[in-house]
Amino acid sequence: MKYTLSLIVNDQAGVLTRIAGLFNRRGFNIDSITVGKTEEPGLSRMTIVVHGDKRLVEQIKKQLHKQIDVHKVIDITNEPMVARELIMIKVKATPQTLPEITNLIEPFRSTVVDVAHSTITIQATGDEDKLNAIIELLRPYGIKDLVRTGFAAIQRG
Amino acid sequence: MRAEAYQQVDNRLAEEPVYEMKSGAEMIIECLKREGVDVIFGYPGGAVIPIYDALYDSGLKHVLSRHEQGAIHAADGYARSTGKVGVVIGTSGPGATNLVTGITNAYMDSIPLVVLTGQVPTSYIGTDAFQEADITGITMPITKHNYLVQRTQDLPKILKEAFYIARSGRPGPVLIDIPKDISYDVAPFYYPESVSIPSYQPTIEPNPSQVMKVAKTIEQAKRPLILAGGGVISSGAETELLQFVEKMQIPVTTTLMGLGGFPASHPLWLGMPGMHGTVTANRAIQNADLLISLGARFDDRVTGKIERFAPKAKIVHVDIDPAEVGKIIPTQLPLVGDIKHVLVQLMKKTSPGDTIEWIEQLQQWKKEKPLRYKDSKDGIKAQYVIEQLSNYTKGDAIISTDVGQHQMWTAQYYKFEKARTLLTSGGLGTMGFGLPAAVGAQVGHPDQKVVCISGDGSIQMNIQELATIVQQKLPLKIIILNNSYLGMVRQWQQIFHDCRYSCTFMTGPDFVKLAEAYGMLGIRAVKKEEVTEVLEQGMKHNGPVIMEFMVEEEENVFPFVPPGASLDEMIEGE
Ligand SMILES: Cc1ncc(C[n+]2csc(CCOP(=O)(O)OP(=O)(O)O)c2C)c(N)n1
Repeated sequence: MKYTLSLIVNDQAGVLTRIAGLFNRRGFNIDSITVGKTEEPGLSRMTIVVHGDKRLVEQIKKQLHKQIDVHKVIDITNEPMVARELIMIKVKATPQTLPEITNLIEPFRSTVVDVAHSTITIQATGDEDKLNAIIELLRPYGIKDLVRTGFAAIQRG
Repeated sequence: MRAEAYQQVDNRLAEEPVYEMKSGAEMIIECLKREGVDVIFGYPGGAVIPIYDALYDSGLKHVLSRHEQGAIHAADGYARSTGKVGVVIGTSGPGATNLVTGITNAYMDSIPLVVLTGQVPTSYIGTDAFQEADITGITMPITKHNYLVQRTQDLPKILKEAFYIARSGRPGPVLIDIPKDISYDVAPFYYPESVSIPSYQPTIEPNPSQVMKVAKTIEQAKRPLILAGGGVISSGAETELLQFVEKMQIPVTTTLMGLGGFPASHPLWLGMPGMHGTVTANRAIQNADLLISLGARFDDRVTGKIERFAPKAKIVHVDIDPAEVGKIIPTQLPLVGDIKHVLVQLMKKTSPGDTIEWIEQLQQWKKEKPLRYKDSKDGIKAQYVIEQLSNYTKGDAIISTDVGQHQMWTAQYYKFEKARTLLTSGGLGTMGFGLPAAVGAQVGHPDQKVVCISGDGSIQMNIQELATIVQQKLPLKIIILNNSYLGMVRQWQQIFHDCRYSCTFMTGPDFVKLAEAYGMLGIRAVKKEEVTEVLEQGMKHNGPVIMEFMVEEEENVFPFVPPGASLDEMIEGE
C-alpha cells in the first residue's frame, strides 16, 4: 500500500540528507520526496510517498520522529487531502501532429510551455491517475524527456 | 544548528553587550567545565591545536591514548562505568575517521558520548583540503545527532544541547565538528543555563491508563518473566527492579547488556537468554505466558528465530524509545517511558499474582540444567579461570571484555552482582573494545579493581593502549585467555564448516615479555594448578599487570542456539 507522510523539519543544511539516509539505512524505499519552505521561517515541509506494509510504515514514522530535526510526522494517507505533482513532457512533434497533440491534451487543463522545431513541451499538474493518463496518451508520439517534481500534499480543511 | 536556535543566540547577544569575549577553544573548555566534565579522552592534531592550547592550563584532566579508537572506547568505558557522559577529542580527517568504530559501538549500546572533532577551516571545507573528511556526513547514521559548527558564538549553545541530547531519553553519542577557524575566532561568550529543543521531548512518565492495563495483565499472569536489558542500567533502575521482582515474585533473565542490572546471586535470576544463554532462561522464554521486556530490544542474538520466540507469551514492551516498540516483535502492551519511572508506577498499581508453581518449575530446570563444562585435570579451561576470578572478586570489580568466546564465558561464569560492573560491546561486537574501555573505567574509578578479560585475538586490536595504561599509572588487571585461535570464529568453522579452520589460527607476541617491555608486570599460567596462584598474584599486584592463561585451544561455548534456529533448539554441549 502507498502512504503519504507530511513532515515538518528544520530548514537547515543536512536535514534532507539525514532523512533520505535514514530511509536508505533502514531499508525503506521512497517513491517520491519533495521539500519546501513553510509559512514559518526556519521550518520546511517534506512530503514523502512510500510504499510498504503497515508495520514498516509505523516503524518509518517512529524513526523519522526520533530525529532531532524533525518536529512533526503526519500520516495523511487516510486523511482528506490534496496531493499534486507537476510534470513536464517533451514530445516529438511535426507540423502535422502538432494540432493533434494540442487537441489531445486540452481536456487535461495542461499548458504548452515550449514549441520548438521538432518538439513540443507540455506542463501538467494533478494527481497520479491524471498524470499517468496524459503520459500514456502522449507516448505514441515519442516522449523525448519527462520531468516529475514528486508529490506535494496538504490536508483539506 | 536550527534557525530558531541561531536567533536565540543572536537575541541574547544583542540584549547585553557586556558578554566576555572568548576564543572558540576557550568556550569549549569553559562549557566542558560547566557540564561537570572532569576528564577528556583524546588525541591531538592540526585541526584541534587551538582546543589543546586552551586545555593546556585549564585544569581539566586529559588522557592521551595511542590511537583514536582507544580514546573513544575509553570514553565509552568511562561512561558505562560511571553513568556520566564520556568526552572525546580527535583531529580532522584520520583522527575523526578513527573514531567511527567507537561512535558506532556507543550508538548500538546507547552510551552517552560527546565527540569533538576538529575540521579544516571553514573556507577550506569542500575542497578536499589536507586532512579533510566529511565526518558529519559519515556519522549521520551512527550518532543520535551531530553538528557542524558555523559560528563561534554558537558553540556554548551547541555544547549545552549536545550534552543534553547525549544523556537524556535513550542515550547515545553526539558529535560536534569544529572547523579550526571557529576555535581560533573570538566572540562574546553567552552560556545558556537551560536547554529547550521543541522537536525533542523524550517521554519519561508512562501513560497512566496504559500502566493500569499492564498492571492488570501482570497480576493475572501465571508464568510471567522479566527480560531485563541495558535500559535498566542506563535508567538506573536496578533497585526498583529488585523491589518489583521481590514484591511480585517474577523471575528475571538479563541480556548481555543487562547483566549486573539484577544480582546474579538472587534465587529468581535465571541467567542470560539467547544464543549462549542458559537452558533455564531460554526455556522460561519459550514457556512464559507473559514476557515483560524492560529496556531490551530483541536483538537476534537474544531471540533466535523470531517467529518462534516466546510463542505462548503476551509481550509487555517497556522502552524509553518508542521506535523500539514493535520494531522486531509485535506487542499489544507497549509502555513508553523511563524504566525507573515505569517500575515505580507499576509497583503502586500491582499486587502479587500466583507464580509459585512457575517458580518451582524454573528452580527445577535450574537444578537439572546448570551451566557446565567438562573441566580438565591439567590443562586450563577458560571457564575455570573466569569462575576463579568470580570467586576472587565476589562481584566487587569492574569487568570489561573483548569479543568472542571469552566474552560469552564471562557473561556465563562471572557472577555480576551490581549494575555498571560489566563493560562489553553488545550491539556492535567490537573486538578491541575491552582494553581501552577498562582504561576509561579505571580513570573513572581510581580505587576500584578493574579487570579486562580478553582473547589473544582481540587484545592485539588495541594493544597499543598498554602504553596509555603505564603513562597514566593505572593499576589495571588484564587477563588474556590465549587459545591461539580466533576462538569464536573457529567454533563456527568447527560446527558449520566441518573443521575447516580457515585463517583463524593466530600467533601473537610473548605477552609476558610484552608487558615488561611496556613497563608492567607479566605473568603466565600454563597448567591448571597455576591458575589461582597467578590470579592472586596479579590481582594483588598494585600496578598494571597482564595475566596470560594458556587455555585449551578447541573448547566451545555451550549452550549454543545456532543462528536462525529457535530458542528450543539448543545444543547443550558434550
Ligand atoms: C573488529 C572485529 N573484527 C572481527 C570480528 C569477528 N570476530 C568475532 S569473535 C572473533 C574471534 C575473537 O578471538 P579472540 O579475541 O582470540 O577471542 P576468543 O573467541 O578466542 O575467546 C572474531 C574474529 C569482530 N567481532 N570484531
